[in-house]
Amino acid sequence: MLTDINLVLPEIFLLVMISIILIIDLFLKDESRGATYVLSIVTLITTAFLVINNSPETTQLAFHKSFVVDPMSVILKSVSLLVVAAVFIYSRDYLVDRNFYKGEFFTLSLFGVLGMMLMISSANFLTLYLGLELMSLTMYAMVAMQRDSDIAAEAAMKYFVLGAIASGMLLYGMSIIFGVANSLNLAEINQAISVSENRLALSFGLVFIILGIAFKLGAVPFHMWMPDVYDGSPTAITTYIATAPKIAAFVMLYRVMVEGMSGMMVDWQSILIILSVASMFIGNIIAIAQSNIKRLFAYSTISHVGFILMGVITGTDNGYSASMFYTISYVLMSLAGFGIILLMSRAGFEANNIEDYSGMNQKSPWFAFIMLITLFSMAGVPPMLGFWAKVSVLQEAVNAGLVWFAVAGVAASIIGAYYYLRVVKVLYFDKPKDDTPIQASMDMRLLLSANGISMLALGIFPTSLLALCVDAI
Amino acid sequence: MFETYTNLQVYLAIVLAPLIGSVLTGIFGTYMSKRMAHTITISGVALSFLLSLVVFNYHILHEMPDYNQNIYTWLKTENLTFSIGFLIDSLTAMMLVVVSFVSLMVHIYTIGYMADDNGYKRFFSYISLFTFSMFMLVMSNNFMQLFFGWEAVGLVSYLLIGFYYKKESAIFANLKAFLVNRVGDFGFILGIAAVLMYFNSLDYVEVFKQAPQFKDAMIEIMPGEQWSLMTVICILLFIGAMGKSAQAPLHVWLPDSMEGPTPISALIHAATMVTAGIFMVSRMSPLYELSDTALSFIIYVGAFTAFFMGLLGIIQNDIKRVVAYSTLSQLGYMTVALGVSSYSIAVFHLMTHAFFKALLFLAAGSVIIGMHHVQDIRQMGNLKKYMPITYITSLIGTLALIGFPGLSGFFSKDSIIEAVHYSTLPAAEIAYYAVLSGVFITAFYSIRLFILVFHGKERMDEHTKHHLKESPWVVTLPLILLAIPSIAIGWMTIEPMLYGDYFKSAITINSVAHPSLSILSESFHGGLAMITHGLQTLPFWLMVAGVTSAWFLYVIQPELPGKIKAMFLPIYKLLENNYGFDQFNQWFFAAGSRKLGGFLSSIGDALLIDGLVVNGSAKTVAWFASVIRKVQTGYLYHYAFTMLFGLIVLLIYVLN
Repeated sequence: MLTDINLVLPEIFLLVMISIILIIDLFLKDESRGATYVLSIVTLITTAFLVINNSPETTQLAFHKSFVVDPMSVILKSVSLLVVAAVFIYSRDYLVDRNFYKGEFFTLSLFGVLGMMLMISSANFLTLYLGLELMSLTMYAMVAMQRDSDIAAEAAMKYFVLGAIASGMLLYGMSIIFGVANSLNLAEINQAISVSENRLALSFGLVFIILGIAFKLGAVPFHMWMPDVYDGSPTAITTYIATAPKIAAFVMLYRVMVEGMSGMMVDWQSILIILSVASMFIGNIIAIAQSNIKRLFAYSTISHVGFILMGVITGTDNGYSASMFYTISYVLMSLAGFGIILLMSRAGFEANNIEDYSGMNQKSPWFAFIMLITLFSMAGVPPMLGFWAKVSVLQEAVNAGLVWFAVAGVAASIIGAYYYLRVVKVLYFDKPKDDTPIQASMDMRLLLSANGISMLALGIFPTSLLALCVDAI
Repeated sequence: MFETYTNLQVYLAIVLAPLIGSVLTGIFGTYMSKRMAHTITISGVALSFLLSLVVFNYHILHEMPDYNQNIYTWLKTENLTFSIGFLIDSLTAMMLVVVSFVSLMVHIYTIGYMADDNGYKRFFSYISLFTFSMFMLVMSNNFMQLFFGWEAVGLVSYLLIGFYYKKESAIFANLKAFLVNRVGDFGFILGIAAVLMYFNSLDYVEVFKQAPQFKDAMIEIMPGEQWSLMTVICILLFIGAMGKSAQAPLHVWLPDSMEGPTPISALIHAATMVTAGIFMVSRMSPLYELSDTALSFIIYVGAFTAFFMGLLGIIQNDIKRVVAYSTLSQLGYMTVALGVSSYSIAVFHLMTHAFFKALLFLAAGSVIIGMHHVQDIRQMGNLKKYMPITYITSLIGTLALIGFPGLSGFFSKDSIIEAVHYSTLPAAEIAYYAVLSGVFITAFYSIRLFILVFHGKERMDEHTKHHLKESPWVVTLPLILLAIPSIAIGWMTIEPMLYGDYFKSAITINSVAHPSLSILSESFHGGLAMITHGLQTLPFWLMVAGVTSAWFLYVIQPELPGKIKAMFLPIYKLLENNYGFDQFNQWFFAAGSRKLGGFLSSIGDALLIDGLVVNGSAKTVAWFASVIRKVQTGYLYHYAFTMLFGLIVLLIYVLN
């Protein structure tokens, strides 16, 4: 029991701290909201520290095998925690400018992180679902947080209804699997599946579970909430939604498909291939028609999801590592991309349209350069991180004999290169529409610079991160 | 010197000294004074020159064994190694001395010639780089490095010919030189590729060792056509030499290269660049000896160039152009000598020519300085009064060029003519008449130039005349220093170079099949005997005839050339137009390739690739995007329906 508690120590610490922040925030005036901000970031960093410090050498299970701590969970939890801390730093000016700098933002985000951590460490359908709902519910609330905004309310409504449908489907699928396997534990389900004769029920359950996961990831055709939610939410919240939850969704995919249902690999591979190819193409093609940069990033995310799926589809350990590498790379790129949007926006100006970035190079050559790195990385231009992410996933697809699949991925990337480069063109070659200088606090400037440069640095020296991902699986 | 330093250190110093000088002045030029710039580069080249003398002394006078070592592996693949290495034998040692000496003279001369030029330091950087490239070329022990030197020389010549990069004609000329050389280099690299393909090595020694085995090898380039491998390789390599050594029809760049400043003309025409082709063929003598076809081809090309390019010299009025056409003609002589397997005579003529041609060019430059950059000889005359040193040295250079008995040119040119005479190759017969009549032509245009510039009436305007004076010592000193070998080098070296053991290790001759040189050596009885014998031969009298007719036409009857011109107007026009080579190139290659390019650009690229494939697919995608985005209606029930639809499709898919 003591070891069990030791393994969930970071989660316990986080929960305790959230409660403390919740109470403290009640007594804070608006002008001293900085305390919540600082406390939240300290909490996140300390939790990350605890996660790393508490990591066992081998895979450890806790609480009747419903909670797992393995190398992958350690890495992805710490990445999630740090990414959310970065989101807070990026968001502060944005929130202050919009009278939106409230305790709720922080506490809800932190609860969401707790849900993610739970998902990452789940070894059981129940833990997984619990984490998922905790994360999703906080996000529904966050999207709706800007109560006077119609578009945000609409986005929240869509997100909530569709999310509820997806959750229901997921739960339904899980119940069918439970019926066949007679267990909620992923490892036991895996064993039961391999001996089970009841393929019909299993396939049926599998499709529903995949729907739930695909919805969270944002894979076509369960992606339609994403553009509306990305666009409708305040940018700070979009940044949150677009980054850390994708890690949790990847883990959900991995835990359920690989650890729970590897006996049905042929089935889920054939389904996921459809989703992957559709995501890569539809995401990249529709992105071309976008003039709103948040929607553009939403569609870009959909295409990235296709690539993340590609690595898992290979069904090999190297493929899973490649997917994990891709996920982390995607999160870093997405963080920087939305970071730039937050940087460019100011009171009364949302910087949502691509043309708002005209001639950014003249206003701030440095951050235009960071945006350039980000976009190139997303497009997969060497030597950026995104290039290696794509290469490793494509390589694993080829190694698994799925050459046509890899070729499709490359073709989709080429289509995608267009709209990224179009933004670059706007950044560098169009005339600025106004001459308002960029205003941002120093901590944000530094962090965003580091974020951008990390994509270049990791692109030039990708082996450390790659090795980390290979070791984790 | 060799006691304290290893051979390699000395060789490296020779190569690197000019490179370091060039890089320093090239990069840090803006921070240094003119004086500093020329001091650095001249010291570098002077060091190379001194060390070249040491190498010469070591390898030739002390007959030390050849040096052949790879010093650096540049690239290694499965069964191929590309190395940087040095092969130092008598041929290399001689080239080193000639190149470094002429280059040093040109460096010193440049101080005076370029004194007021804005590109002073840049110029020094370039000519040092040029020298470095030429060293790399001659010291190489493998084809790869040879090609590097070859291309480096081409590149620097491009930079130098276009030195006045704001001058339209200079840009035209340097582009022309570059493109024409590309044509030659294309053949050259094909030749190297063939060597690599069949010999599986690029190392000279290795290739030469294997070559005899391939003497009768045939290859099929086009189906049904059997070609001798050695002939193909030799002719391809020679095409490279035709580009660099300006043999017709790839000679067209050389007259235009006069756009560069005069010192560079001297460097290109005398010591570097144009000699590269002659040197290369001599170096490859073990290969060329295996193909009579290639040798005959070389003879034809050389004879054509020697005769017809000489003719063009007669009608030129630009002082530098006359000398330029004379270079073409003399290169033709060297090429013919190569063709009759008298490689050592070709190299011998290369050396004597390097000295007197550098002298003539630098003298021409001195005249140009004096005339304030007027180059038209019709506006000169009687300059001997104002520029005595230039006059005397020019006289020496001219006499050496026309082959006046006793001067260096006499020995080399007479030897060539005799060698052609004794050659057994059928092609040599016509070549013999070409080189023989070339003697007359050479004498005629050289004396014509000399008389028009230095004698006769003073035709320049008063202003120019008023400022005429002898050039400064930095200009005249190189003239004097070059005049000395122009007089003496032939006499001194003919015996060891042609008939001694001088090139024994460097040049291979199949004396059974190609006996010219051995016949010559039987009849050779020393320099003095050659002079006395030379006075009774046809070339001498042809030379005298050339001198006399030039003297008659331009001194005794100065109105006669105009009449002759009017009488033979069509021929004059033909000559003036350079036999139409330039027009043909402009019309066929330049305009033709532009048309072809335009066609490919508009039809192939703009319409098919850009229009149909690139823009077509882009339009399709864009259209698809605009259609498919409409699916994103914004209605919640559409979204939910899509999800359900997706679910059903997947269910059907899986359950089937």
